[in-house]
Parts: sequence; structure tokens; C-alpha cells
Amino acid sequence: MTLAHEMEEAARVAHELRVKRDQRARMGRLLKHLFLISVSIVMLYPLLWLLASSLKPENDIFGSLTLWPTEFQWHNYVDGWHGLPVSFTTFYINSTIVTVLSVIGNLISCSFAAYAFARLQFTGRTFLFGLMMMTLMIPYHVVLIPQYVQFLRLGWVDTYLPLVVPRFLASDAFFIFLMVQFFRQLPRELDEAAMIDGCSPFKIYWAIILPLSLPALGTAAIFSLIWTWEDFLAPLIYLNDIKSYTVPLALRLFLDQEGQSSYGQMFAMSVLSLVPVVIAFIMFQKLIVRGIATSGMK
Amino acid sequence: MAGLTLRNVGKRYGALSIIQGLNLDIHDGEFLVLVGPSGCGKSTLLRMIAGLEDISEGTVAIGNKIVNDLPASKRELSMVFQSYALYPHMSVAKNLAFGLQNFKMPKAEVDRRVAEAARILQIEKLMDRKPRQLSGGQKQRVAIGRAIVREPKLFLFDEPLSNLDAELRVQMRAELASLYTRLGTTMIYVTHDQVEAMTMASRIVVLRGGKIEQVGTPQELYEKPQNLFVAGFIGSPKINMLKAKVSDNQAVVDGLPAFALPTLGTTDQELTLCVRPGSVRIGSGKVTAEGTVKLVEYLGNETLMHVTLSSGQVLLVSDNGKVGYRTGDPVTIGFDPFDLHYFNAAGQRIEPIENEGIIQ
Repeated sequence: MTLAHEMEEAARVAHELRVKRDQRARMGRLLKHLFLISVSIVMLYPLLWLLASSLKPENDIFGSLTLWPTEFQWHNYVDGWHGLPVSFTTFYINSTIVTVLSVIGNLISCSFAAYAFARLQFTGRTFLFGLMMMTLMIPYHVVLIPQYVQFLRLGWVDTYLPLVVPRFLASDAFFIFLMVQFFRQLPRELDEAAMIDGCSPFKIYWAIILPLSLPALGTAAIFSLIWTWEDFLAPLIYLNDIKSYTVPLALRLFLDQEGQSSYGQMFAMSVLSLVPVVIAFIMFQKLIVRGIATSGMK
Repeated sequence: MAGLTLRNVGKRYGALSIIQGLNLDIHDGEFLVLVGPSGCGKSTLLRMIAGLEDISEGTVAIGNKIVNDLPASKRELSMVFQSYALYPHMSVAKNLAFGLQNFKMPKAEVDRRVAEAARILQIEKLMDRKPRQLSGGQKQRVAIGRAIVREPKLFLFDEPLSNLDAELRVQMRAELASLYTRLGTTMIYVTHDQVEAMTMASRIVVLRGGKIEQVGTPQELYEKPQNLFVAGFIGSPKINMLKAKVSDNQAVVDGLPAFALPTLGTTDQELTLCVRPGSVRIGSGKVTAEGTVKLVEYLGNETLMHVTLSSGQVLLVSDNGKVGYRTGDPVTIGFDPFDLHYFNAAGQRIEPIENEGIIQ
């Protein structure tokens, strides 16, 4: 065999091997994706069921096994919106007020407290920090009754104050902890440079620490938003007047009604109640990414 | 511009004493370098002057004003940090202007100063960039720019060049020196790099364990180190130290022939004799000894030889590099007792009373 032949042969073998390897890799990828897709279907099933049920006729919801509705009941959404004595417009406005105020309150007060714990020197700092961390371990249900009594005495029951005011007092130890951890990893030399540049401790917090902590603030904002929006227990306890109900409280009313149960409408409104959370998540997620991008320390 | 006076300055963290009873006068317009091994308290001292650390005892005065209780921003000084500490979320222009804006300076004046600093440091083209888009050298310039826009009475530098690569460090060193010549402002510079100290300083303060070992010009420190620590710390390659026993005004050193000492005015029986590698010759000298070459380091303009004496002690010899010695070669080294530095048993320098006495 000539050299040219040998080389040709070698190239052919190499090509075959490469094709086989590519095929194997493609097969592996396919299996991996099949597995991942099937797992995510399991995870998504309840959500899909909710979505499907919101469009089904009343007797199909628990009667039929298929997800696909026999006929699409779009009017569930319109009927649901006005299906209660008070329209959902009011509930959404209520929820928005409570949520927006809570998020703002949490961000301001928790970052303020976290700055103190992370950067300022004061007597009892370690002790107070430990005390704060301990509150993380107290279940909400333990303080429920004393808290209710306290707000009752203040005359705040049946207002939004018990839902909102504590947020402005850095009551959420988890967010403080999250931010303390984040602030601590910001170089202290930045504070010192700012100190020499004439910054007061408040100015350092405002002009240096906060802008560099967008990722932590974004995370806190998302969690605070989701938890407040979805919260059922606290509004249930403190809000009595249907006109001041938040969305999760209102959803329950569909079940309370006597005579005909309106599951379709309830599921339709449940689907709508998820929309703001999803939008907010997408919005703040961008903020998180941008926050990380702007904080190139080195 | 202003001088600086430190009186009995001390720093303690609980029971741990970092700096003790330190006295120092820094003259107006001086480039003073604080140098010492790590943990000697030089950075702490700088931070105390800056107002970033409390002063446990004593007083610090800038000009004639005691500043112990004055916050950092009111001390009319600016500081360049080792990590540069540029504000990552602000553009270069904003970084420079930030301090001035905090002091409520009119916008026209802020703009003028920022433009001036940018021109001096040649960073005009970088003004819109964020710190993460800058190279190490550029960040360094911006950090210096942020210091000079303030037009302070006092500049503080905390190991500003230690994050740069070797070539850039040499370049920035020269630029800092010319900046100093141009501004004439008092500068206090902390480093552990003795080359930086020697090349830039008007005066050097050598610190160890929170105490001043010696203050002097680079030349004074090199030529008349006051104690063994300074002798060993200043100068590269490192000075040779020989333990000597004295009897009948003769110095007896292991591995060397006995030789006559000058009149030293000390009764100590044990002295340490130091000689710089550059003062040791190959082949000749008033005092000579045989040894073996242990290691040869060729540096181009000089060759550094590690020579083992018969006592086992290794002497560093700096030679002009023309003699091609190799590891294991026997070699004769020599020196002139005139070039020796003498230190008593306590490690303090002793000056010979009359230098003529040395010549045998």
C-alpha cells in the first residue's frame, strides 16, 4: 500500500470513530433531557392541573382525569373576578398596598439593622445579634396570640397596620442575617476610603453599601414579596372586613359560599393571583444579575 | 502642607500592645517612609494618623493642632489604600469627585480639580469607565487621583504598590517620586519593601515590634545602621554578620585569622562585626580567609557568591561578575576592617574612636 492509501485509510477510520462518538454523545444528551423533562412534568403537574381546572366546566374538575378541558370555560375568569360581593379589583389593590409597603419596609429597615450589625461598633452588638438570630428559631405560631393581644390593645385590628408596621421595624431576622452576611464581605477599605472622603456612617450606608448590595437587596425583595403576597394566616387573623381582604383571603370565600361551589372560578382567580409573583420574580431577577455585574471588587 | 508630631503614641488592643511610646517629628514637605517587617505596627501607625484607628495613648498633631479626637474627614489628609478601595459602582470621574462633593465644594471647582488630577495622572480617557474595567496600574492612578483632588495637607500611602507586577511597580515608583517633587506635600508612606523605602524616602523610619529602631536618611541607614536589626533589614543582598570574641584588642572570628580592632571604647567581650557583601573582595584584602563556593547567583551587573568558610558560616560576596567561579571551587575572600560595622553585645552600633588605628 502506498503512503497516500495509508493516510486515506487512517482518515476514514478517524472519521468513523468521530461519527460514532458524536452519535453516542447525542444519545446521552437525549436520555438526559428525557429524564429531566419527565421530572419537570411531575413537578409541574399540580400547576398544570390548576391551570386546566380553571378552564373546565364545574363537573369536569374532579370528574375527568384528562388535563385537557372538554370545553374551555373562559368565563370562569370574568365570573370569578366579580363572583364575590366585592370585586377582585379591590382585593388586588389591597394585596398590592400591603405587599409594596412590606417590601419597602423590609428593605429599608433590615438593611439599616444589618449595616449596624455588620459595620458599627456598639456595646452589646454580639449579644443583640445572637438575640436576633434566636428569633429565627421561634415559630410564628408561638408569638401569634401575644402579638394579637398587643395589636388589639393598640386598636390596630382590622387595619393593615399589624401587617405593615412590623416590616418597618426590622422584624424579619432572616433578611437581616442575609444582608449582614453580604455586607461583611464588602471590603472594609471602601468604608475607610469613604470616611476619609467625608462620609458619615449614614452616608457610607447610603452611597457605598446599598448600591453595592443590589444582589442581596434583590433577593430580600423577592422573598419578602412572595411571602407577603401569599400570606394567608396574618391577614386572616387581623382583617375582618371583606372590603379590606387580600387576594389569598378572598380565594377562600369561594369555598365558604353555600349552595353551589364555584371551584372553576376559584382556580381561575388562583391562576391570576400567581401572575404578579411571576412578574416580580422576572423583574427582580434582572436586578440580581445586574447587581452582580456592577460589583466587580477586584 | 503641614508637618506632623507624634508624642508618646501608643496603641493597645486589650492587653496586646501594638505600638509603645513612639515619638516622631515629620517635617513639613517631607517624604517619610515607614518600613519594617510585617506585624511591626507600621500600618497601624499610619491608620492612627489617618484617624481610622483610635489612639490609645499620646498625641498626634498635624501642623500644631492635636487631632486625636478629630474624625478622619476633618484631618485634611488623603490616603491611598493597598487595595485601592475605588468605589466599584462609580465611574472614575465620580470616584474622583465623590469626596469633594461630600465637602460641598462648588461644582466648577470640583470639575477643575478633577480635570487637573486627570491631566497630571494621564487618565483623561478613562473617566467614564468603572473600576472593574481598569488594569491594576490604571486603578492605582485613579486611587492616587482621588487622593490629590482633595489637595490635602498630608498624603498617606499604605503599601500602594504591593499589588502591582514588578515592572509596573518600578514605573509607578518613579511616578510617585515625581508627583512628590511636583506637589511638595508631606507624604507618609508605608512599605515592607526596602527598595521602595530607599529610592523614594527623604527619611526612613525603621519599625520593629511597635518601636522605632532608627530614623534617618536612606544613606544614614545604609552607612551607619544604629543596631543589628537595621543593619540586617536595610540593604540587599543582606549584610554579613560575624560573631567575634575580643581579646587584647584582637578580634577572633571562627574561620578567619585574628585581626586587630580599632579603638572601640567598649569592654564587651563579644561583638558582632558586619560587612556588606559589596565590601568583601575576591582574592585580596587586609583580612583574608579561605572558603568554598557554595552557590553562585549571576545577576548580570554583579554576581552574588555564597562562600562557606572553614567554620561553616556562609558569607555573601558581591562581585562584578568577571571571575567565573563555580560551585565547589576553593576561593580566597578578603575585606578591610575599615569597612566593618561594629555592634556591641546588646546589638547597638559602636563607632571606632579613631579609624587610623585599624591599619596594622
